[in-house]
Amino acid sequence: MSNFIIQTNKLTKKFGKFVAANELTFEVKKGEIFGFLGANGAGKTTAIRMLCGLSKPSSGSATVAGFDIYTQTESIKKNIGYMSQKFSLYNDLTVLENLAFFGGIYGLSKNVVKEKSQELITKLQIEEHKDKLVESLPLGWKQKLAFLTSVIHNPKIIFLDEPTGGVDPITRRKFWDLIYEASENGITVFITTHYMDESEYCNRVSIMVDGEIVELDTPHNLKEKYDCNKMDDVFVKIARKSKRVE
Amino acid sequence: MKSFIAFIIKEYYHIIRDKRSLLILLGMPIVQIILFGYGITNEINDANIAILDNSKDNITKEISNKLLSTKYFKLKRYLDSEREIEKSFKSGEIKQVLVFEPHFAENLQKFGSASIHLITDGTDPNIGNTIMNYTNSIILNYQSEMNVNLAGIINVLPEVKMRYNPELKGVYLFVPGLITIILNLISAMMTSISIAREKEMGTMEVLLVSPMKPIFVIVAKLIPYSLISFSITIIILILGGTIFNVPITGSLGFLLLECILYLFLGLSMGILISTIAPTQQVAMFISMIGLMLPTILLSGFIIPIENMPYWLQILSNIIPAKWFIIIIKDIMLKGSGITFVWKETLIIVLMITFLLIVSAKKYKIRLQ
Repeated sequence: MSNFIIQTNKLTKKFGKFVAANELTFEVKKGEIFGFLGANGAGKTTAIRMLCGLSKPSSGSATVAGFDIYTQTESIKKNIGYMSQKFSLYNDLTVLENLAFFGGIYGLSKNVVKEKSQELITKLQIEEHKDKLVESLPLGWKQKLAFLTSVIHNPKIIFLDEPTGGVDPITRRKFWDLIYEASENGITVFITTHYMDESEYCNRVSIMVDGEIVELDTPHNLKEKYDCNKMDDVFVKIARKSKRVE
Repeated sequence: MKSFIAFIIKEYYHIIRDKRSLLILLGMPIVQIILFGYGITNEINDANIAILDNSKDNITKEISNKLLSTKYFKLKRYLDSEREIEKSFKSGEIKQVLVFEPHFAENLQKFGSASIHLITDGTDPNIGNTIMNYTNSIILNYQSEMNVNLAGIINVLPEVKMRYNPELKGVYLFVPGLITIILNLISAMMTSISIAREKEMGTMEVLLVSPMKPIFVIVAKLIPYSLISFSITIIILILGGTIFNVPITGSLGFLLLECILYLFLGLSMGILISTIAPTQQVAMFISMIGLMLPTILLSGFIIPIENMPYWLQILSNIIPAKWFIIIIKDIMLKGSGITFVWKETLIIVLMITFLLIVSAKKYKIRLQ
């Protein structure tokens, strides 16, 4: 197996005449934190959906965790985790019930789920809240919980689609601690975000404009190339080229 | 399989946590059957009438007594003059006035005929009609009895019997009708709302990204809701049988089988609705307006299909409830078996197939 966990070659998705993602070619290295940036409507979600097997590409090819996205979506699904911008735990279930459910649909045995749940609850220090309904928890906790739930089955890759939307800076910072920890455990992190300060935490970032990847490099190199101090400015310089008007 | 069970447990939590919806789901049918059974009925009991007897002879007395001895009529008062008729109707205290012509018995003997004037309140045509028919038949009955006593006249005495529902009880129609409507609505509405909720909350994406196959997601959802719909059916049947003595003449097993088949129809409608509806509210709206109204109005439950304009009769054919009402009435009241209702059953099976194919197509489009 190569050193790359995601490889795409001219991956394209068209909706009628509209080209949502145009000939995306990139690689994601094993264990890295890969920032997938772009303005609203640039095609990030379309790309993620293709990689997760939720949507069939119009043309091009790609492998995720070594599996083909056309023919081996079932194997891909077993090896990835996913957390979307919309909060994705069940509000009317307790913390433990949510963990049992998500562990269950990934086919984990009861004992493993128990063990994992305990580990996770200790980590988040929410022992006294484990039997409370998720809706009663503060948003920050929910999001951390959702993240840890999405990696409960030890996936090779975790796709995070704007996971920190609507959260205060301190909680975001703590959230990133969890991401680093997952990364240290060998999980590759594929993350989209609107917060450019977050993109500084990534090993490498790609920037999409109008369905195409226009830049792919480390944040450091990009800042040098565009002669900026912050990723924020790099992003603005690049995103201005967009012709898609919202 | 493990994931399947985990999913059903999750659905179970959803259902029991939402106490209000559960109460409505289980309470609604009970309240409805009691309302329909007791309240909304075409039967007339104790209708108030007034009598203006201008003759006051034996025969008019006998006819009056005969009327009043039934449970259908109650005498409000005797009137003394024509003028009082209008007043009594306006005050709303009576539904009908009987006016006997003067010299009633005399005329009858002399000319062989005498007339009774029946004036009925027509503001509610159904009730008016029923009251008039009751009165008519009681008088006719009296007349034929009289004829028997007079030898030499040839009598044809029709003996009328209403088969399958000898007392013409409205509840005999309402119990099968209610099962038809409720089974369809609840299964379709619950399924569509619960699938739409997953979409709305964003959990559907998480499920689709998981190794669980979409078809299992749907099937796992259907199981708890079919169980609820089915228990509601049982509740209605028991209530109908115990409180209102609605019989199940046919085979109970066959009846339940048909109910399950019909339940699948509701579930597949729910799936189809959920492929269209992005949110719970839309799903609810489509189920209520798009499903409930046509089902109630066009199924023959409230308005007899024979009385509809021709184009509505044609339209009613696409309403599944119309076919199921025929099946369930035949089984419950007439005791029919599959040999009598196979056509309607086949139509329902075809409808299910159609709905599932369309949903599958829609579902695929969404995934592309």
